Amino acid sequence: MKFLFFILALTSFLFAQPEVPVLKQWANDFTNTLGSSQLETLNHRLKTFEDSTTNQLVMLMIATLNDYPIEYYSYEIVQKNKIGTEEHDNGALLFVAKNDKKLRIEVGYGLEGALPDALASSIIRNVIVPHFKKNDFYAGITAGIDAIISAIAGEYKAKKDVSEDDEGTPFISTIIMIIFGILMFIFRGRGRGRRGGFIYFGGPGGGRGGFSSGSFGGFSGGGGSFGGGGSSGSW
Amino acid sequence: MKNKGLIITLSIIGVIVLFVIILVIWGIGSYNNLVTLNESVNQSWSQVENQYQRRTDLIPNLVNTVKGYAEFERGVLTDVTEARSKVSQFNVTPEVLNDPQAFQRFQQLQGELSGALSRLLVTVENYPTLKANENFLQLQAQLEGTENRISVERRNFNQVVQQYNTTIKRFPTSIFAGLFGFGEKQYFTSTPGSETPPKVEF
Repeated sequence: MKFLFFILALTSFLFAQPEVPVLKQWANDFTNTLGSSQLETLNHRLKTFEDSTTNQLVMLMIATLNDYPIEYYSYEIVQKNKIGTEEHDNGALLFVAKNDKKLRIEVGYGLEGALPDALASSIIRNVIVPHFKKNDFYAGITAGIDAIISAIAGEYKAKKDVSEDDEGTPFISTIIMIIFGILMFIFRGRGRGRRGGFIYFGGPGGGRGGFSSGSFGGFSGGGGSFGGGGSSGSW
Repeated sequence: MKNKGLIITLSIIGVIVLFVIILVIWGIGSYNNLVTLNESVNQSWSQVENQYQRRTDLIPNLVNTVKGYAEFERGVLTDVTEARSKVSQFNVTPEVLNDPQAFQRFQQLQGELSGALSRLLVTVENYPTLKANENFLQLQAQLEGTENRISVERRNFNQVVQQYNTTIKRFPTSIFAGLFGFGEKQYFTSTPGSETPPKVEF
């Protein structure tokens, strides 16, 4: 049945395209189905996951696609929001069109190895849909997120500020600190207090350090891209 | 008198030389731009090809899984196998991009395979045990994933071809394009009749 849908989807220009929003959180529900504390729990979970692994896993639930093909819409969401880091393309989206009873897991290039189409399909069929059939969306979404996280958790790791597995301060930061050291030595007679602030320049270690995109309250895409991997399902 | 004539001649020569230099620089810039665009079309094309190849590779597994269900319609399976071998026999070279007939043929063969596959999947709907078979479900998921990837790469390809075609048709680049042999490229179009889902009689 889904195959037929692909063929029908070739004439998608006949369907009115629903709006493609810019997502501000990791967990997004535009149907007011989930309670605010439930959303907060999911949000926190996904944000923490990103902080520790750099994987950007995002959830979006909307009411209806208005007959627009789910694969097209899902692809547009992830491309517009650039989910996943640019370096690794490690983004994924759990998308639900509640009234249409359709869902999809969209997988970025970098996660296709850990979360192949067959596994995504299996997660949808065996983990999420049983809950959705009982109208328990929070349980379904949570279970789905758990399953996705266990599949992709080992793929990438975030570089931390101070950690055992850090290879040491990156070369560039060291050079910059040396240059600043020299400059400070040369200019030591003038406005010493003002230059104090620059010590933080090379401070945080590799990666995004303390200035990661998530830490100031909202989600923002890391520049990742997608190739159409993943799987759709319905209940 | 002679001096004036000399100056005028030199000036005219100077202007002509300047004009030629500008033309050459412009030509080089144009040519390089066309080369870049041409290469992105080639790259996009190879990604499309990769995904089509991925689909072709999935089919033997699919056919074998379905074959195990003895009651399954032989005709549908044979169609898929034949369509697949026709696709495999078609020799895809980068030249296909520049040859409208070859490109059409490629699309047509892939379209026939798509048709045979969708008839197969429609037929499966009538075999509940096969439909619920975990192996089959996995293959179906892989097939659908591949179809989606094909769809994405085709859309990307059409976008890149649009950039290329627009550039070579615009004046004055069109002059250089014609001079350097950059021809118009084909778009992927949806196969006529593909909007109608295949009917399978039982």
